[in-house]
Amino acid sequence: MEENNLLLQVQDLKVYFYTEEKEELRAVDGVSFCLKEGETIALVGESGCGKSVTSLAILRLIDSDGKIQGGKIILRGRDLLSLSEKEMREIRGRDVSMIFQEPSSALNPVYTIGDQIMEAIILHQKLSPPQARKAAEEVLRLVGIPEAHKRLDEYPHELSGGMKQRAMIAMALSCHPKVLIADEPTTSLDVTIQAQILELIEKLQRQLNMGVILITHDLGVVAGMAERVVIMYAGKVVEEGNRWDIFHNPSHPYTWGLLHSIPRLDVKQEKLAIIPGVVPDPLNFPSGCRFRNRCPLEDEMCLTEPKRFEIENQHYVYCHHYSQIEILKTRGFNQ
Amino acid sequence: MMNKETRRILRRLSSNTSAILGFVLLIFFVIVAVFAPSIASPPPGRDPYIMPIVTWSSNPLPPSPEHPFGVAGKRDIFYGVIWGTRTAFRVGIIVTLISTVLGLLIGSVAGYFGRLWDEVLMRITDIFLAIPFLVAAMVLTTILGTGLDKVMIAMVAFSWMEPARLIRGNILQVKEEQFVLAAKALGVSDFSIILRHVLPNTIFPVLIQASMRMGSLVITAAALSFLGVGAPQGYADWGALLNYARNWMLGGQGEALKYWYMTVFPGLAMVLFVLAWNLVGDTLRDAFDPRLRL
Repeated sequence: MEENNLLLQVQDLKVYFYTEEKEELRAVDGVSFCLKEGETIALVGESGCGKSVTSLAILRLIDSDGKIQGGKIILRGRDLLSLSEKEMREIRGRDVSMIFQEPSSALNPVYTIGDQIMEAIILHQKLSPPQARKAAEEVLRLVGIPEAHKRLDEYPHELSGGMKQRAMIAMALSCHPKVLIADEPTTSLDVTIQAQILELIEKLQRQLNMGVILITHDLGVVAGMAERVVIMYAGKVVEEGNRWDIFHNPSHPYTWGLLHSIPRLDVKQEKLAIIPGVVPDPLNFPSGCRFRNRCPLEDEMCLTEPKRFEIENQHYVYCHHYSQIEILKTRGFNQ
Repeated sequence: MMNKETRRILRRLSSNTSAILGFVLLIFFVIVAVFAPSIASPPPGRDPYIMPIVTWSSNPLPPSPEHPFGVAGKRDIFYGVIWGTRTAFRVGIIVTLISTVLGLLIGSVAGYFGRLWDEVLMRITDIFLAIPFLVAAMVLTTILGTGLDKVMIAMVAFSWMEPARLIRGNILQVKEEQFVLAAKALGVSDFSIILRHVLPNTIFPVLIQASMRMGSLVITAAALSFLGVGAPQGYADWGALLNYARNWMLGGQGEALKYWYMTVFPGLAMVLFVLAWNLVGDTLRDAFDPRLRL
């Protein structure tokens, strides 16, 4: 991997939450991945697998019940976890920005769109209000909001869902961050708007040469946008690879199950795969491989934690039995 | 030029009868307070807030052309009611302002930072709430001595808890909103988040409550005066006027309502003053709350 365009490295990140009974909830337990300039990676997994917590940890916005218990988050050579809160505030919004799932609740109802975009601009670029206003208008135009000048003075409730998400993106991009974290940016939008928003993010990424971390459970979105894919399960990475590898050569049983549980138009399928069981209780993850009690390939080996295996160039899997994945093709999950 | 927002608020205000009544009453009181020196001119060279002595008899006198509201405790009730309006505004505004700001400060810190801050500050609030307000205020005024400023200190000391609790509860709710997280993700500091993002979304109930409290605080001040621990002797204050009426309230010589004017005029002033603030409080909520906007 060329080190020179490496933007963000997450190494062995651990985020634990504590319940009132002082039980430890290992929401994110040893997650590593890296992001290059201008690259999109997707963090994929079902609800509760720790993908959102990972993204909040990058901004160090874990709330007070949780704690980053280990690991490194290196942004261009600086470990974000070693920065003071004040230094971290300067990073947020300027270097790393985030857009959220619910545009309607991520905008403050009492301020106009313009006010909210200007807030970040004034904060990070130290512009005067009139200059910031001009910059805000420009960024609204950048995200394709028509009549940007007029929209500046409108309140969030006056905009449609898609427009709100555009405004949200404008807010996140107002200071030209290097990393954009998009936490399920299209989940609450309808399908036509989804496509527009994703196209917009892609276009802006190229324009601004940002690294994008896309958090989603929608594999369709992943296939359309991401260059690299990180599959997470129960707080751990189970597989990481470029898009082609993940979709054509899934090597972890969980990835395999995910991909085969989606109906496809281009392949004749008799049955969809169903991953048996449910996600384990986060307070009580199984020892060793966390997927083992749902996995058709389980045996004694799975009681020890699987190491990272490199199958091919930059395609990693955390499974003892990755070489036996072929079995699933004949047998499937449904034993 | 008026913007859309201001016009919307004015439109909403003007279409509401109780709002109009509230504002008319309030404006009436403001006018009375402002023009007190011309409505009831004080004797030259004397403190206008001390009601001048108009008679040497300690018996109350019924309303007459010279003393339209009658005379109580040797002093003109009309003069007392007029100048008492100023006292009411002064006590109400100062106490409400200081106690609300104090409550906001304490409530925001407790609500936003949570944990230990919350625990400590809210337990202190509980302790203050456990003390009966009137008794506490009386004790404190006795310790501090009489005088309007002492009364105000005592009232502030025991009236910040309600806004503190209210704002804390609202903040607990609002701080979970995604726009707070979004603001944090943009690098906004905690202080600005409280000030710019959390408070504006939580302030309305507090403002409404403050405006209602404005009325009830004036009643409390009057109660203290009535009990003789409030305003000093002869001070133009509605409560002090009622204090003069204490011995005459039951009437006399088979006429229960003989001295009606001693209680009715100051009492009416108080009732209308409280009513005005309550109506204005309701109106403010309807007009300014952006969440009620359509």
